[in-house]
Amino acid sequence: MIEVDNIHKSFGDSHVLKGVTTCFDQGKTNLIIGQSGSGKTVFLKCLLGLFTPEEGSICYSGQKYGELTSDQQRDLRQEMGMVFQGSALFDSMTVAENVMFPMDMFTKQSKSEMQDRVDFVLKRVNLTDAHYKFPSEISGGMQKRVAIARAIVMRPKYLFCDEPNSGLDPKTAILIDNLIKEITEEYNITTVINTHDMNSVMEIGEKIIFLKNGHKEWEGSNKEIFKTDNQAVTDFVYSSELFKKVRQMYIEERN
Amino acid sequence: MKYLAAIGKYFIMVWEVFKKPTKWSIMKSLILKEIDELIYGSMGIIIFIAFFIGGVVTIQTALNLTNPLIPKSLIGFATRQSVILEFAPTFTSIIMVGKVGSYITSSIGTMRVTEQIDALEVMGVNSLNYLVFPKIVAMMFYPFAVAIAMYVGILGGWVAAVFGEYAPSGEFIQGLQLDLIPFHITYAFIKTFVFAFAIATIPSFHGFYMKGGALEVGKASTTAFVWTSVVIIISNYVLTQLLLG
Repeated sequence: MIEVDNIHKSFGDSHVLKGVTTCFDQGKTNLIIGQSGSGKTVFLKCLLGLFTPEEGSICYSGQKYGELTSDQQRDLRQEMGMVFQGSALFDSMTVAENVMFPMDMFTKQSKSEMQDRVDFVLKRVNLTDAHYKFPSEISGGMQKRVAIARAIVMRPKYLFCDEPNSGLDPKTAILIDNLIKEITEEYNITTVINTHDMNSVMEIGEKIIFLKNGHKEWEGSNKEIFKTDNQAVTDFVYSSELFKKVRQMYIEERN
Repeated sequence: MKYLAAIGKYFIMVWEVFKKPTKWSIMKSLILKEIDELIYGSMGIIIFIAFFIGGVVTIQTALNLTNPLIPKSLIGFATRQSVILEFAPTFTSIIMVGKVGSYITSSIGTMRVTEQIDALEVMGVNSLNYLVFPKIVAMMFYPFAVAIAMYVGILGGWVAAVFGEYAPSGEFIQGLQLDLIPFHITYAFIKTFVFAFAIATIPSFHGFYMKGGALEVGKASTTAFVWTSVVIIISNYVLTQLLLG
């Protein structure tokens, strides 16, 4: 579980996060949504410890990040897995080496043990024949799956994903969404996903945080988002005609 | 003020490079890879430049020694002094800033743009140690390259003198052996170590802290080239004054 209490973050004169308070539940897919510039990426980077908030606190299973020493913070980060928007795979390494990297760096396992774990996680993300390929030789969807495999190889407690569907076709995007949800349940981890994708919101949004201008505007689940009267949320989520019709049908069905 | 802040940030970066070291088994292979990339991969251009610069120094010296009372051995002497004191350490270093420095800035800068550095940080890796330390260690082998540049530069001078008929081989070699002060070689290597450290760290600084996209990677490489060259030129002057002045 991650508890966020009143965090503020500014860059020069720009006050990006203006007192966000929320809680991300363990074993659930928690989604952060909002328009571009609403502070989603800055919020995610604060959760990852890449940015330090000027005010407020972030607690990981009861440990306040700001009160930890730099060594303890690094140890805590080893319990986090991150899937970046552009996958952020290391260009000079093969797929297997990318996935093995965190284990090679932080564990004393033998080469064969690490190899077995790499085989297991690559199989888990449905990638069995790409071990010796370089990131530039595989598709965007495969890169995302490698990034997920690398993020879960150390059995993290927390999984963060920044726009995991960006640049993917709808079918692959659904596969990636389902994969993240399955892994969250399987490993009972706290997953936080930053997304613009409304399909993801409807499919896997067990808890949704809507940010607007650096504030938390709304919080709820994918079921509640249909019923909400919050104008900012409905304007954002139902900006397309298709979703407007879906919502209308849902309301009519209820009535 | 902006420059002072950047200088302070650079020294903090250097301090961070030596903190929380990466596992030795991984670091060892990174160092070997960087030696191959930065030093071994630069040997061709270093040898090529040193040979022809040595030849040019010899020709210029010979053409300016028009007085028949000045012995031809002086051509060898002047070539040796010029190559050892300046051309091999300083000129080669400026070339290395262009070749190795821009490679360092663009490779680290691209990692920044594509969030690979963020990925390292999230994993709990000291990204500065992982990326910059192997480059610093590899560049500590740079004096070997400069030693080869000294040898090849003098060889280039000898070839130009003998085959261009500016001085007979015997007299040129006699000049090479004339009044050699061993400390001059020590001085050349001391400044080579300083240049090597600058070539490894200043381009790394510009790559690591760059912001933006692909265009900014190119701009950062140019800025790194300019500032590393400036630091080399100034430290060359200061070290010469301190050690020989």
